[in-house]
Parts: sequence; structure tokens; C-alpha cells
Amino acid sequence: MNDKPWEPRIVAFFCNWCTYTAADLAGVSRMKYAANVRTIRLMCSGRVDPQFIMDAFAKGADGVLIGGCHPGDCHYGEGNYKMLRRFQLLQRMLGDLGIEPDRLRLEWISAAEGDKVKSVVNDMVEKVRALGPLDLPGQFQSWDRERMTEAEALIHAGHQEAK
Amino acid sequence: MSKPKVAFYWCASCGGCEEAIVDLAEDILGVVATVDIIFWPCAMDFKKQDVEAMADKSIVATFLNGAIRTSEQEEMAHLLRRKSQFLIAYGSCSSTGGIPALANQFSLEQILQFAYHDSPSTANEAGTRPQISSRQNGHALQLPQLREVVRSLDQVVDVDYYIPGCPPTPKLTKAAVGALLEGKLPPKGAVLSPDIALCDECPRKASKPTDLGFIEFKRPHQVMIDPEKCILAQGVVCMGPATRGGCEAVCIQGNMPCTGCFGPTSRVKDQGAKMLSSISSNIAPKEEGAIDQVLAGIPDPVGTFYRYGLAKSLLRRKVPKQG
Repeated sequence: MNDKPWEPRIVAFFCNWCTYTAADLAGVSRMKYAANVRTIRLMCSGRVDPQFIMDAFAKGADGVLIGGCHPGDCHYGEGNYKMLRRFQLLQRMLGDLGIEPDRLRLEWISAAEGDKVKSVVNDMVEKVRALGPLDLPGQFQSWDRERMTEAEALIHAGHQEAK
Repeated sequence: MSKPKVAFYWCASCGGCEEAIVDLAEDILGVVATVDIIFWPCAMDFKKQDVEAMADKSIVATFLNGAIRTSEQEEMAHLLRRKSQFLIAYGSCSSTGGIPALANQFSLEQILQFAYHDSPSTANEAGTRPQISSRQNGHALQLPQLREVVRSLDQVVDVDYYIPGCPPTPKLTKAAVGALLEGKLPPKGAVLSPDIALCDECPRKASKPTDLGFIEFKRPHQVMIDPEKCILAQGVVCMGPATRGGCEAVCIQGNMPCTGCFGPTSRVKDQGAKMLSSISSNIAPKEEGAIDQVLAGIPDPVGTFYRYGLAKSLLRRKVPKQG
């Protein structure tokens, strides 16, 4: 793994009715865009639980992209508004936790906007590339290196068997 | 036959959990009649050497409260783990990091800099900082090392059960001791409190509207809270929807919102993310500017949603700048 140069990894949550269909259209139209995105299809952007986003970061994503229907066009009426509100608070809170705003992005992309999928993905990949790797799994490991092992603790505690 | 041996210990905590044991009041006599308390530094005179001298697994249960911040606490956690059949994380700090884990928003250096130099109440002209080892009048003195990260107990050693709460209620404590003595324990890793959201047992549940439609958030000191009505419906952040029940809504009964000390239910991975989701989805406006205006009423989302759980959140702490 280490001999490969780092490439941004972006997890994309796309809604079934608009953005996923747009990504499909981009594919069918043979548009080329950066291959750094792993797309997950959900029925609605309103299904995107902030836990999914934080879990993606915690498991190694460098960025998370959410795509939903334009305001007023949600297949279920209000799902995209719910996502918008969560996004605004989550982006601020992640900022407080040291995750740069450019690592999380919300876009409205209708089923007809294949070219927008292309431009948004390419733009986001460049922005995340400029930020560099987040690598939370690696960070978790390095944070935990300061912990004592059991053997160290028991030797310290003067425990006979451990000596 | 000798009585089962029980130990109590504290790490990074305020002492409230020790108080909670004392809050068993006259019931503590019943506990003392059935178990031998062999180690409880806060209340009784036993030494660490006494624990070291015990055979492995000879303590039936250790109730350990407090988060883990220092090398000494790690050492004691390992020692008590080795000597105990059951290690129980007692209280919010031990279970999920608690208030001490809010320090995970800062580096250790920032904290030391503030506490020993910059805080307005600090008088430290010589700029002295605690040293791990020093010499005083020819004696070598040692202090525990502060870690960079505050941890829950299970991020340091294997934990058998969790009793949540800041502090846990006497009722839950008694039930846990009872279950332990009768051998009626749930599967390992269980939280010894009902696996339902607090809203479920809240006396104001009936007044919670389906659509909360927040237009403004107020903090408890900015509003006279109606003692009959759902606190969320009054525009005050109440952690009830994302917090485990079992406390019998004591804070609500005191007319204060839930701040989340019982942690999440078993279905939730990250209490703060779930609460953020619930609160923000229910805001009334649909335009960015108007949404931000409502959200301005939550100036400190980390402190609000992770008041007791930052150490066990998905991100664990503020991610330090790399490189």
C-alpha cells in the first residue's frame, strides 16, 4: 500500500432519483471524471445519517460528497431540506473537530445534470487533494501508541508474575 | 464461607460517582453485609500493595469510575482488570469519557499552557510546570504522566459491563450489585440500564409534537421552562431523543433538559451525530440563511451533543493538524 502515491478517497452518497441517475447519465454519455469517488446509492439525501458521514471519515475517507435533488424536487417532498439543515450544522461541528469544511460537500444535481456530476467530482477531488490525506485510521493508531501495555503496567505496579 | 470481594476505584472524575455509592444511604449496609469491600481509596484505608498481593481474579467485581487520562490511571486499570472477574465501567466518564473527555478538543500543550500560564487566575511567575520526575531536598519525586488523549475505560482495558450516568442512580447501582450477586447478568458488554430512549420514559412524552419545527433555540437560563410541556417543544435542546433511559427522567422532573449523560442506546453508534441529526432535521426554515440563523442558537455543538461522550464518538477528539 505504501509504495503507491496517495490519492484522495471520497465517499459519495447519491440519491436514487436525481444525483445517482445523473451519475448514470454521465457514465452512459461517456463523460470522464476523477476515479476517486466511491458512490453509495440511497433512496434520498434525507436518508444520509450524520453517523454515515462520520463513519466514512473514521474508516479512512478523505472527503464525503452528498448529492440530492434540487430544492422543491425531492421525490419524498422534504428529504433534501432535512439533509441541508443537517449539513449546515454538521459542517460547522466537524470544523470544530478539526475536519476542514472542504472535506464535506452537499450538491443538488438533477437527473439531467450528468455534466454537473463530472464538474463537482473533479472540483472536489482537487480541493481534497490540496488539503492532503485525513487518514483517521492511521491517526487513531498513532494516538493510541502513548498507552501503556498490560505488561508495562503490571511491571510498574510491581506485580510478581509479570516480572 | 467468605463474602464476595468488591472494589471501588476512581480515575479522572469529580467524585460524584463515589457520592452515588454513598447515596445508597442505609442500603449500603445491606451491600456491606453481603460483600467485602477490599479496596476503596476514597473511603477506606487500603493500599495499592494490598491489591497487588491478591491472587488474579480474586475480586468478584471492580466498579471503576472516571475517564483515563494519566499513566497512573492506566496502570491501576490494568492491575484491577487482572485482579477482577468483572470490571464494571461505573458512570459516564468511565463509560464514554464524560466531562473530562471534552478536553479532547484541545492538545495537552494547549491545556498546560492555559492552566499554568494564561488563565487569569494563575499566579505562576516562575513559569513552573508539573514534572514527571524531580528532586526535592535530595528525594526523587515522581508524578504520573498526562496523556495527550482522554479515554474511556474500554479504550484502555477490557470492560465487562457499563453503568451509565453522571452519576448513576442508586436504583441502577443497587440493581447491578443485585444482579452480580445472584449471577443474573446479561451478556458481556451490556449497559446495565434499559435500552430505550429517554423520551420513552419521559413524563412529558405526550406533549412532544410530531413536527417540532424549531424557529429558534434558547438556552435554559434564557427562558422560563413550562414544567408540563416537552422541553424540545419549548425550543430548548433536550438530549432525550438520542439518550438512553433508565434515569427515570430526573433532570426533566427538576425542569431541566436532558444533557445526555446516559449515553446512546445499543442501536446508536454516535450519540452526538444522532442528536445533531434529530435537532437539525426538525428546523422549520428551508433556506440556508434562515437555517443558519436558527442554528446560531447552538453555538457549541460539540459541547452540546458530546457533553459526556466525546472520547467514544466516532472521531474521538479534535483531529490535530498534521505535518
